[in-house]
Amino acid sequence: MKKAFWLAGIAALALAQPASAGDTIKIGFVSTFSGPTAAIGNDMRNSFELALDHLGRKMGGKPVEVIYEDDGQKPDVGKQKTEKLIQSDNVDFIVGYIWSNVLLASLKTAVDSKTFLISANAGPSQLAGELCSPYVFSTSWQNDQTPQAMGTYMTQKGVKSVFLIGPNYAAGKDMLAGVKSTFKGEVKGEEYTVWPSQLDFSAELTKAKNSGAESIFVFYPGAAGVQFLNQYAQAGIKAQIPLYTAFTIDELSLPLQKDNALGVPGAQQWVNDLPNEENKKYVADYRKKYTGLRPSFYGAQSYDAANLINSAVVAVKGDTSKKDEMKAEMEKANFKSVRGAFKYGKNHIPIQNFYLQDVVKDAEGQLALKTVATIVKDDQDRFHDKCPMK
Amino acid sequence: MKSAFNLRTIVVALVVAGLVLLPVYSALTGKVFILTMFTRIIILALAAASLNLIMGYGGMMSFGHAAYLGIGGYAVGILAFEGIGSGFIQWPVALIASALFALVIGALSLRTRGVYFIMITLAFAQMAYYIASSLSRYGADDGLTIYKRSNFGGLIDLSNRTQFYYVCLACLLGGIYLIWRIVNSRFGLVVQGVRSNEQRMQAIGFHANRYRLVCFVISGTICGLAGALLANNTDFVSPAVMYWTRSGDLMVMVILGGMGTLFGPVIGAIVFLLLEELLSQITEYWAMIMGPLLLLIVLFARGGIMGLLARFSRG
Amino acid sequence: MLVVVEQMLNGLQFGLLLFLLAAGLTLVFGIMDFVNLAHGSLYMMGAYFAATFVAWTGNFILGCVMALGATLLLGILLEFVALRHLYNRDHLDHVLATFGLILFFNDAVRLIWGPAGLALPLPSWLTVPVQILPGVNYPAYRLSIIAVALLVAALLYVVVMRTRIGMLIRAGASNREMIGALGINIKLLFTLVFGLGAALAGLAGLMQAPILTVQIGMGENILILAFVIIVIGGIGSIRGAFMAAIFVGMIDTLGRAFLPDLLRKVLSSTAASTAAPAMSSMLIYLLMAIVLVVRPEGLFPAAKR
Repeated sequence: MKKAFWLAGIAALALAQPASAGDTIKIGFVSTFSGPTAAIGNDMRNSFELALDHLGRKMGGKPVEVIYEDDGQKPDVGKQKTEKLIQSDNVDFIVGYIWSNVLLASLKTAVDSKTFLISANAGPSQLAGELCSPYVFSTSWQNDQTPQAMGTYMTQKGVKSVFLIGPNYAAGKDMLAGVKSTFKGEVKGEEYTVWPSQLDFSAELTKAKNSGAESIFVFYPGAAGVQFLNQYAQAGIKAQIPLYTAFTIDELSLPLQKDNALGVPGAQQWVNDLPNEENKKYVADYRKKYTGLRPSFYGAQSYDAANLINSAVVAVKGDTSKKDEMKAEMEKANFKSVRGAFKYGKNHIPIQNFYLQDVVKDAEGQLALKTVATIVKDDQDRFHDKCPMK
Repeated sequence: MKSAFNLRTIVVALVVAGLVLLPVYSALTGKVFILTMFTRIIILALAAASLNLIMGYGGMMSFGHAAYLGIGGYAVGILAFEGIGSGFIQWPVALIASALFALVIGALSLRTRGVYFIMITLAFAQMAYYIASSLSRYGADDGLTIYKRSNFGGLIDLSNRTQFYYVCLACLLGGIYLIWRIVNSRFGLVVQGVRSNEQRMQAIGFHANRYRLVCFVISGTICGLAGALLANNTDFVSPAVMYWTRSGDLMVMVILGGMGTLFGPVIGAIVFLLLEELLSQITEYWAMIMGPLLLLIVLFARGGIMGLLARFSRG
Repeated sequence: MLVVVEQMLNGLQFGLLLFLLAAGLTLVFGIMDFVNLAHGSLYMMGAYFAATFVAWTGNFILGCVMALGATLLLGILLEFVALRHLYNRDHLDHVLATFGLILFFNDAVRLIWGPAGLALPLPSWLTVPVQILPGVNYPAYRLSIIAVALLVAALLYVVVMRTRIGMLIRAGASNREMIGALGINIKLLFTLVFGLGAALAGLAGLMQAPILTVQIGMGENILILAFVIIVIGGIGSIRGAFMAAIFVGMIDTLGRAFLPDLLRKVLSSTAASTAAPAMSSMLIYLLMAIVLVVRPEGLFPAAKR
């Protein structure tokens, strides 16, 4: 029986690996589809699928096949899945990656095999600097940029001092470093929490409250952001010490954060109400296709990733072996981004605007994010000098 | 009983033959990934086999065995990061570090029994996990990418997939051979005697704990080797390899395959990891099938797959 | 000074919450000699039930009471269908089987409630901070956790020490064969105890839910802490679980609060910031290892068997 089982396993594996055909464009998509942050992965998948619908599910005249893999928010698992997509499925592109640490673990596999990797979210400082690669593009940002914009806004607003709280992983460190680099006031304290397991922030909030800081800055993506806002409100310091955020309030967490998020500002390169045509179409069709859901910036970046890939495939008329030509085409960022037009730096990180967003009640009486102002224009990350590419 | 032995032998022989011939299959069909996947399975099978030595034969239920995977891995990772790429240095350091760690925690843990032993080994492994998470120079929680695999001069090239596969397979078979020799030696018989009746062994003049400690250290060292291999296989090491759920996975592999049987852990590792891979390809909700399956195996297949095979041929 | 008081309250609150979870675990482990890794899943189910029922009824208290009942029933069902067949197996079989249950529950929840998690909003009278000392405001809800947990601890004490059921439970913890021999319906007792343990886990889950969100896998990290607590306290001992839970809660919170500043005195600021969170999580395991080396039966072992 055992033997039969084993053979069945091998057979199934063999079946699961379709012979590599050059007639389809194969895309691997690594994101988190299980666990507490699965909502983010789903939003990215929904948006990517929507983009394919808009493209007629074809690129350069060839049908597109997407293979979704779940990284479980773990660097080692993400690395394994990346390996599988490249070696077993022979994908032409690999997209996704919410988490900076998952991306850093997977990077070598993709670059060594010369497979194009499009990060639709994670932007660790190493990727923009010493680890930049001709095969890696970003449709998001470098981690520091968003909190830098927040720091600029806080300085403009005349905030005198801040207490920083964030998770202890690659992106958390980048975020706090980013806000420190542009905030001109005093940093009264800096706390890191265990990521992703620590969800009770009572000790940190107590410290922040007693530090004498005039404001608090946090970075907590996904469910942790919901918990932080809950506890911040319950501690009763919302009235005393205002909160500033990066990647903590978005369309996915807002339904859970509810009124706790009202009036808490954040910085972002994309907001759902940006007035360009492409964005209007994206947001409207998303809400039509996925009833009851709203797209987030994670989704917007994935939607852009699909269009970026399409631009490259169209340029080589579907012949994905022409890697140099595809690279050259992608460097032009020659597609209609939902954030509006942007350029690529030589490290393949976007040079783009960052907006101030606020939480308001919209016309339907629901909580929604709204663009308030442009904080910085055509911002380039501060690590591009370390990138050896020309 | 005789026929049971036969069926088990046939299965084991088939599995070993399959493992030896796998690179040929992979080369003929051009399926590269199956080799990558089985390299991982073989490495974790080695770790499970080392756990089986203390769990199945020595009666020591370690719930912290993944710590050695991490220690072996970090030995390779840290040395590589500091510019020492030679495997002749990296691997011995991995083995010695694991052995030392096993010696210290073994000496302390073996004062306890039963569930307390399970918990104290867990505690030490969690401590190792958190120490690794606090090494900011070596990536802390995010882990450490290893840009060059261990270098063995011109002898073998670990970045060659097939060569690396055979190195891992040789380590696995060598490890099992070593365990087989230990189990059937006088030393091994004493350790097994201590498991079934500690007082009697003490009474006839054996320092039970000394024997158990040596066994514990050997097991840790073998697992440290698995850790060094794993780090080379993934080109990456992170605290996650030491997390308690990974120790749990190793335990599941041992029990699934059949505790206290020489090849049980290997079969357990193959079935567990293949199931995980296959089920996750069939459905996103693979854990919903895997979970009850584990429950059923416990309820109706005592002694794991090896036990099942034995019953199969008897009935 | 006030900071220290407030941090100690944080620690106490966390410790008492852990006690709710650990109490159920130590009862099941001590009396039935059953290792239940799925205890954390029951904690999660308590939170999901509460979020669902509160949204249904629109009443926080009523929803929580219903959730408590639902977790109790789920526990009894689980015991009846699967777990009672495992009692005469060894601990390893328990671990494997209940590990399977964790996998099952996580995916079942994802299938039923979706991956995003739920929120359990508090009624407005619980969201306000309360002034407990001049200059010290503390969240009302965290205070209510402290009150409820202390109440449950007192109730458990009365039940275990003063009632016939409690006598049987204590007898079971010290000598299982004996109560069977006395002609007590041990099957029923076990089912009851397991149900009680499940309800306690559910209570811990639903109490924690408004602070954290309700999400898949929420029981797994905290489960290990609960195990640490019952081992430090002595398996089967409610009193031990109580003391150890408060210990662990305090160490965890105070470690997080003060260790970073201490470390900054010896390490560079960035190294200290990175190391501190991990180091303070480690303290608990260090405590357990020391306790086990010095007193292998735990600090407050249940009566000798």
